[in-house]
Amino acid sequence: MLIAFLQRAVMQGIPLLYGSTGEIITERSGNLNLGIPGIMYVGGICGVIGAFFYESSVSIVRPLPAILIPLACSLLGSLIMGLIYCFLTVTLRANQNVTGLALTTFGTGIGNFFGGSLIKIAKSDMPSITMTATSNYFRASLPFADKLGWFGKLFLSYSFLAYAAIIIAVVVSYIFKRTWTGLHLRAVGENPATADAAGINVNRYKYRATCIGSMIAGLGGLYYVMDYANGVWSNDGFGDRGWLAIALVIFALWRPNASIFGSIVFGGLFIAYNYVANIGMSTQELFKMAPYVVTVLVLIFVSVRNKKDSLGPAALGQSYFREER
Amino acid sequence: MHKSHVKEPRVHLVKRDALAWWKAWIIRILAVVAALVVCGVITLLVTGKNPISVYTTMIDGCFGTSRRAWNLVQNLAVLLCISLAVTPAFKMKFWNIGAEGQVLMGCLATAACMILFGNRLSNGMLFILMIASSIIVAAVWALIPAIFRAKWNTNETLFTLMMNYIAIQIVSYFTYIWSVPKGSGQIGLINSGTQAGWMPSVGGYDYLINIIIVAVLTIVIQIYLRNTKHGYEISVVGESQNTARYIGISVPKVIIRTMLLSGALCGIAGLIIVSGTDHTLTKTIVGGRGFTAIMVSWMAKFNPVSMILTSFIIVFLQKGASEISTIYGLNSSFSDILTGIIIFFIIGCEFFINYSIRINKKGEDE
Repeated sequence: MLIAFLQRAVMQGIPLLYGSTGEIITERSGNLNLGIPGIMYVGGICGVIGAFFYESSVSIVRPLPAILIPLACSLLGSLIMGLIYCFLTVTLRANQNVTGLALTTFGTGIGNFFGGSLIKIAKSDMPSITMTATSNYFRASLPFADKLGWFGKLFLSYSFLAYAAIIIAVVVSYIFKRTWTGLHLRAVGENPATADAAGINVNRYKYRATCIGSMIAGLGGLYYVMDYANGVWSNDGFGDRGWLAIALVIFALWRPNASIFGSIVFGGLFIAYNYVANIGMSTQELFKMAPYVVTVLVLIFVSVRNKKDSLGPAALGQSYFREER
Repeated sequence: MHKSHVKEPRVHLVKRDALAWWKAWIIRILAVVAALVVCGVITLLVTGKNPISVYTTMIDGCFGTSRRAWNLVQNLAVLLCISLAVTPAFKMKFWNIGAEGQVLMGCLATAACMILFGNRLSNGMLFILMIASSIIVAAVWALIPAIFRAKWNTNETLFTLMMNYIAIQIVSYFTYIWSVPKGSGQIGLINSGTQAGWMPSVGGYDYLINIIIVAVLTIVIQIYLRNTKHGYEISVVGESQNTARYIGISVPKVIIRTMLLSGALCGIAGLIIVSGTDHTLTKTIVGGRGFTAIMVSWMAKFNPVSMILTSFIIVFLQKGASEISTIYGLNSSFSDILTGIIIFFIIGCEFFINYSIRINKKGEDE
């Protein structure tokens, strides 16, 4: 029971981990990208579109292209979203909050629109579209995981995208702490004027961080569709997970390695209502607010404590204009 | 002579002094036209239909019959009301993106009064109770992040964002508690027999009272922001908190007061949605309009009268695109794509209003 709960919590947590790692990289450069929910939708639907056309164009679905094509499509889709955000906020200096919200409207619209169109092309009777063959390759896990009892179930039963999420988070955490690139990136997020004076190309860092962040976040959408939802795309199925990923950034205090743990906590809170005995439908709804309440409490706690390194990047949400120093 | 090896950039940006208002509007109109062309091309690719006929369909969907036009105006009123609500806080550079949750709490309070007291109080008393409770509940919902922001500088963008989802779950809880039939999770029309707590139709027009309320609010907020001491304090705090402190404005006081106002207006929007329009309560009743309102307010540069225009653009697109999707059998999310594109262009074009681009001539010395 406990093992099953933890396993489900990890699976719920992986899309959030992708989203929050992507958003942490973005926010470290000083860009508060509220478009992450939309980007994750686009990442998901682009993968589905890639898989759909690959599955319908060949008779035998082979593993390698079945994984690479959706993966490439997903990365490309979320890269374009990241570029739109950067072009508007960095080059055209638009307001980050408004751009982000518009990007979320746009991305969610793209997801639901093309999802709906594919359903129509596939002449599916259900309001959803299923990529079983592709999904099976995405879901492939280590063959001996089943034989190792609870250990195998808890640690080895996931698909490659789940492990990739954790590896990416660890690598990003290392880059932040131990490399020049990470130091420069943090400098840009803390004080772009100083970074600029030190010879760091602020705009280039913002562009790269935001685009890489978007691509990582988009993978969260891909993982959700192909793995968690067994290759079934249903409109609005992804729900509010994008916002939850932004919440996780705060919960993890802008540290990717902490968000690995945090994602499992959030995943657990997200599904906790299924595991509490004898509660009605109405009380379940109250349980579902737990991740958000926890985030608010963390937000309050860190701001009251007012310790500098847990408040997030100092220049978060502000565009940088060299001329206006 | 020492020759510099630093590469001279080909273009550089110059911040403009104030651009004549008509030039600014020409740039904005060009941006909208460009956006419509892009939308037309995308529509052409997706539907294979002539874009002109698609736009004609959109106009027909919005104004084709007097009922449609009336429906458009009524939708505009609700969006405009929420946009008015978020504006004072934004002018203060307080990024309240929690309007969705604040409106939803206003909806909840209104619906609660209608359900619990609908058949016990006289309609007059019921209305007083509904108005008071929706305003108070929504204002309190906005007050919570404001206090933390004023006292401990807690990040208000993220705080108000989280408050949205807490509000959604609270409403979801009550939709189960009050659901008809029990356990279905749906409330359905409240007091459908007695119509207790429904806003009356004025002169035979449904929704007219909503529109009047919002029209009055537009004028009041316009005056409040431009011609009162409070409005002045809001813009000073928005421009520079240090200046505000220097001239003796209490920044925390202004933040809390303005957020109370924002919240109260969101409560009125909630009242209009539940009592004046939908007569029910669902967790998706606000439908993202709390977020859309932020873009409406921003595109209008926080000017209440311009917001009539920008909210019209959004409502027109949404109604028009839903007409396209019905006629051509597309998915209704098409309107979100078009809305996104138009907003990208409008917020992008502000750059060309604020900056001019100069091309550096080669070999030119200083």
